[in-house]
Amino acid sequence: MHIPFLSRRIATADPRRQDFFLGLRDGFPIALGYVPVSFAFGLLAVRGGLPPWIATLISLTNLTSAGQFAGTNLILAGASLLEITFTTFLINLRYLLMSLSLGQKLAPDLTLGQRCLMAFGITDETFAVASVERSEITFLYMLGLIVGPYLGWGTGTLLGGIVCTFLPASLQKALGITLYAMFIAIVVPPAKKSRTISIIIAVAVGVSSALTWLPGLRLLSEGWRITIATVVACLFGATFFPRKEVK
Amino acid sequence: MKITAKDGLLLILGMAVVTYLPRLLPMFLFSAEKLPSLIKRFLDFIPYAVLTTLIFPEILSSTAHPGSALAGGFISLLLAYYQNNLFLVVAGGIGAVFLCELLF
Repeated sequence: MHIPFLSRRIATADPRRQDFFLGLRDGFPIALGYVPVSFAFGLLAVRGGLPPWIATLISLTNLTSAGQFAGTNLILAGASLLEITFTTFLINLRYLLMSLSLGQKLAPDLTLGQRCLMAFGITDETFAVASVERSEITFLYMLGLIVGPYLGWGTGTLLGGIVCTFLPASLQKALGITLYAMFIAIVVPPAKKSRTISIIIAVAVGVSSALTWLPGLRLLSEGWRITIATVVACLFGATFFPRKEVK
Repeated sequence: MKITAKDGLLLILGMAVVTYLPRLLPMFLFSAEKLPSLIKRFLDFIPYAVLTTLIFPEILSSTAHPGSALAGGFISLLLAYYQNNLFLVVAGGIGAVFLCELLF
């Protein structure tokens, strides 16, 4: 992506500030992409009964998609603190690997505070961009990269929450499917490419259905159902498909 | 369901902490080579398994009627398979639910 006014600034700024502006430029498309998704989150959270400012607070403190969607759903369902934090933690475990991989590329002179701030901004998208675009990641680059997506995520949530209060009831009802449609859009394309992922998904559907409908098991609450089904499916995958598929 | 402001803030804080820790800890603790490959593989699969269990069977109770939810889910599935465009998949799903509930 080429943004003329930013490029001109980059050419004249000193090298440290230049890193910040490079980050801003790389983060811009991510920020744009975050607005509709966080908008949907704001809609759903407010439709479920949370005030818009709480929905926005969740976005600004969590800055993640699947984890905060699931956590908010559980809050609205009245789940316990333990269930909510455990489910969210499980969903967010993937950040371990991203942070691990990004950690190998960090500039050597970073302070503790800088590392803490950079870690907060790791998302699926900022991770992907930072690891592809840079061989060494400086503090100012990462800071620039995070700013846009952070603001986009928060603003989208607030707008979605406010708009929700004006929508007619019939449309609000239909919006209940939004979150699930979004998850389908995330899961299906990789499953189409990989037989292993399709099998993992089939196992997860099977276990999840069993825990929902089988007598005796259906007493489990939602958070534990998600946790157990996920762990079983991933263990199954790691045991029977220990190596990456060769394309 | 009604939660008090204090409980709500505590839940949000809990979520924030468990979201932040996996991002933060690896920056100090380990290096990627030391992790056993079985665990790496396990972590690889988590996003797909979690999203799937979030979708099914809860999707069935996401709208006014399981039938309309099923129709919406099916349209989203088809669109995701053939189009791979987030906006289209979501809009198609909502449209299908809306139409279903209007007609039946």
